[in-house]
Amino acid sequence: MSTTVQPPPAPGKRINRIGLEPIAYRGSKTTLCAGCGHNAITERIIDAFFELGVEPTQVIKLSGIGCSSKSPAYFLNSAHGFNSVHGRMPSVSTGAVVANRKMIAIGISGDGDTGAIGIGQFVHLMRRNLPMIYVIEDNGCYGLTKGQFSPTADLGSKLKTGVINDLPPIDTCALAIELGASFVARSFSGDPKQLKAILKAAISHRGTCMIDVLSPCVTFNDHEGSTKSYSYAKDHEEPLSDVSFVPFFEDINVEYDPGTTTAVTLHNGSKLLLSKLAEDYNPTDKVNALRLLHESSGRDEFATGILYVEPDKPDFLDLLGIVDEPLAFLDESRTRPSRAVLDEVMESFR
Amino acid sequence: MPATGVVPQEADTRTSGKRIVNDFAIQVATVNGSGSQTANLVLLRSIFQMGVPVSGKNMFPSNIAGLPTWYTIRASAAGYIGRKKEVDFLVAMNPETAREDVLTLPPGAAAVYDEPLKLSELRSDVVFYPVPFDKLIGGVTHDAKLRRLVRNMIYDGVLSRLLAVDMGQMEKALRKQMGKKEKAIALNMAALAAGYEYAEANLPKQDPFVVEPMDKTNGMILIEGNAAAALGCMMAGVTFVAWYPITPSSSLCESLIDYLKKYRREPETGKATYAVIQAEDEIAALGMVIGAGWMGARSMTSTAGPGLSLMAEFTGLGYYAEVPAVVFDVQRVGPSTGLPTRTAQQDILSAAVLSHGDTQHPLLLPASVAECYSMAMEAFDLAEQLQTPVFVMSDLDLGMNTWMAHPFEYPSTPLNRGKRLTADTLSRIGQFGRYRDVEGDGIPYRTVPGDGLPPYFARGSGHNEMALYSERADDYANNLDRLARKFNTARTLVPKPEIETAGPGGIGFIAYGTTHWAIVEARDQLRAERGIETSYLRLRAYPFTSDVGAFIDRCDRVYIVEQNRDGQMLSLLKMECTVAQFAKLRSIRHYAGLPIDGRSVTTELLKQEGS
Repeated sequence: MSTTVQPPPAPGKRINRIGLEPIAYRGSKTTLCAGCGHNAITERIIDAFFELGVEPTQVIKLSGIGCSSKSPAYFLNSAHGFNSVHGRMPSVSTGAVVANRKMIAIGISGDGDTGAIGIGQFVHLMRRNLPMIYVIEDNGCYGLTKGQFSPTADLGSKLKTGVINDLPPIDTCALAIELGASFVARSFSGDPKQLKAILKAAISHRGTCMIDVLSPCVTFNDHEGSTKSYSYAKDHEEPLSDVSFVPFFEDINVEYDPGTTTAVTLHNGSKLLLSKLAEDYNPTDKVNALRLLHESSGRDEFATGILYVEPDKPDFLDLLGIVDEPLAFLDESRTRPSRAVLDEVMESFR
Repeated sequence: MPATGVVPQEADTRTSGKRIVNDFAIQVATVNGSGSQTANLVLLRSIFQMGVPVSGKNMFPSNIAGLPTWYTIRASAAGYIGRKKEVDFLVAMNPETAREDVLTLPPGAAAVYDEPLKLSELRSDVVFYPVPFDKLIGGVTHDAKLRRLVRNMIYDGVLSRLLAVDMGQMEKALRKQMGKKEKAIALNMAALAAGYEYAEANLPKQDPFVVEPMDKTNGMILIEGNAAAALGCMMAGVTFVAWYPITPSSSLCESLIDYLKKYRREPETGKATYAVIQAEDEIAALGMVIGAGWMGARSMTSTAGPGLSLMAEFTGLGYYAEVPAVVFDVQRVGPSTGLPTRTAQQDILSAAVLSHGDTQHPLLLPASVAECYSMAMEAFDLAEQLQTPVFVMSDLDLGMNTWMAHPFEYPSTPLNRGKRLTADTLSRIGQFGRYRDVEGDGIPYRTVPGDGLPPYFARGSGHNEMALYSERADDYANNLDRLARKFNTARTLVPKPEIETAGPGGIGFIAYGTTHWAIVEARDQLRAERGIETSYLRLRAYPFTSDVGAFIDRCDRVYIVEQNRDGQMLSLLKMECTVAQFAKLRSIRHYAGLPIDGRSVTTELLKQEGS
């Protein structure tokens, strides 16, 4: 009798709660520029899905067009992906999520893909509170077409060619909060701890999770004077609170002192812990969140962290009243009405 | 539904004082928003209930209230349901258009008019029937709002008397139209009676037109094409609908919503086995449909010309990433906003090659409400079989007007979900490559998220047969060639044309969609009036099946008849035919916004034939 014994995991080898190694969450090799903030975001996405033990085949990855939109190819190789058309990831995601409500959808967009060509679809996605994670890899410029300004470029910032941006930026977070997204956050690609915690919380939230991640473009927008540069972001990031996330399958760590920590319970029982820093920030207060965004942008700072969360808001699938099973997998017996139904309709036209 | 070869004899009978039975067109000219639709449908339905073949065509403005609208009801013992060019019996209710409406009548026609309009002095060769509508309605109700609503029912009463439309049928039709609103029915019945009694006492019959009972509509239904298409979609098992309102397609999705709400909720839970989303625009509508199609849902949208233009980019993505989608295009008059409430076949060429790059899309071409229903089901099957967007090219005339039909058949075949990979197929073919042509028909196997089978990365950028990003020349060319092979396979899967051959040699017609009804009538006119036998091929789909070339080969000359300025189907034919076939092709085009009629086809054909 031949025996094949599974070797025990090598010492130090990381396995998550569903028995997968980090490699199962990786994708193809990135083709973005070395040092691109987007690659750091990709790494945090891999970490977050791995650490939460999400089955990668239960995820769908979507994107529009641009440098950012190439990213879904660089994580979760065993998930289906759809790199669609410029600015239209929201509509493709809407169809996909409604067609199969069992999948976890993550969409990667850019500041041009979202703020310019895709702003129309973006605002309607936020309105619908469609359950998905919507990441903007925000570098304030069009990288793939060589550095033109995007709608999130700072007022007065300067292109390499000397052109000055004279239009105010769109704050995608303020827009998302105003329009009805139930989870809105901002982070920085160079802040792995915070970004990972936000992503993990987003995976556990049900509703639209809009995460604007400042992600310097090392080729076109990492120069002095750009607020999307590494140096500016590091100096002017104003973390709201220390974001920690406790999945539903873990006990809450005692290290958080209840006196300085706010806990937000997400729909699946996970807890979002915000230990307060400078001020008493309540992420469930919409008006407070909008005031904070206006005030910090007035100081040329960007507040990072979970800006707004509404854990119990009904999502778009609740509003549609659809069956629990994926629409895409319904059998003909449930989707083609009987002969009696056709006869009844025909009778009404006699 | 080819009609019999009975010859209309308008010219002879009008002057000789003979009766013209069940062969005339009534036109009601009103102001839109005046509630005339109920009166018109009651009249149409009454004639239909008397067993006489009818058709109704609404010519309405792109407006909510206050602009001219005309409704034409044609009774035809011979069964012609296309538009009749001449109006025989006018009901002139609109002061704005009344003079012109009367002046364009053919000699021998009749006109009921609102007495204060004083139209009778305009013509001496038309029979006039003045009716004091305001005075008569005063005897029915004193409520100003109700008077406005039921005023039009008076002309139904007048016509009932003048044309011998049975009052019992009028009441039955009214009840059908109004449902259980007893108070409204009573009020409308009073208006009907007032019109009838006035005509009986004051309007001696002077025109030749009468309706007599027949048995040609037994068991049939009256339905609009958009409702028929919606039914077809429900029976096709649609699970995802995204749409944006646009005339003349809105009633397709609105009917569908009504049907789905009623018949596609789970009895135990009340939950829906479908989702309908009103999108922010047509771009998003097709984007959602593509997203849902990628996931494996049967998904669709419906639109009209301007929406089709907006859908171009996503159509290209659907073609290249190979995602099933069904798009109904209920065509209206372009270019640009054009005439939103007038009919045309003007989107054929743009739909066939919609989007940049080399793209080709299957089109289905329904001619009847029955085909709106059956082709809806075929479209979903084809979209999944071919893994590509499929367009159903209806038009305003078909979609929004009321047509007679035999009750629709329950589908006899199960849904065809196309080449979905299974574990068994995977073990047979070895490795899964999303865009690998395993069987040589250009159609690859596909998987969908959540099915437990190998994933792939869909994209509109260059890719190889493993669905990996590729800019290699050979990968690109191989993929494009396979897509062309797939389109050739489509030729063998789409509905075949209907062919009636008179030849060998001689004149042939090629037509499609609602143009069919004018061809039926024109062929009868040519046979009866000129002794000319013609062959006819009715296209039911694009790409063309092999029957089309063979048909052209058999004829000496082939007239492609269509409702657009540029001969759009002619252009598609020319792209594929041989030099010898090319030389035989001629073109008859109708593009004034009104449905094409048989007489115009006959006249134009004779002109081009030089006879």
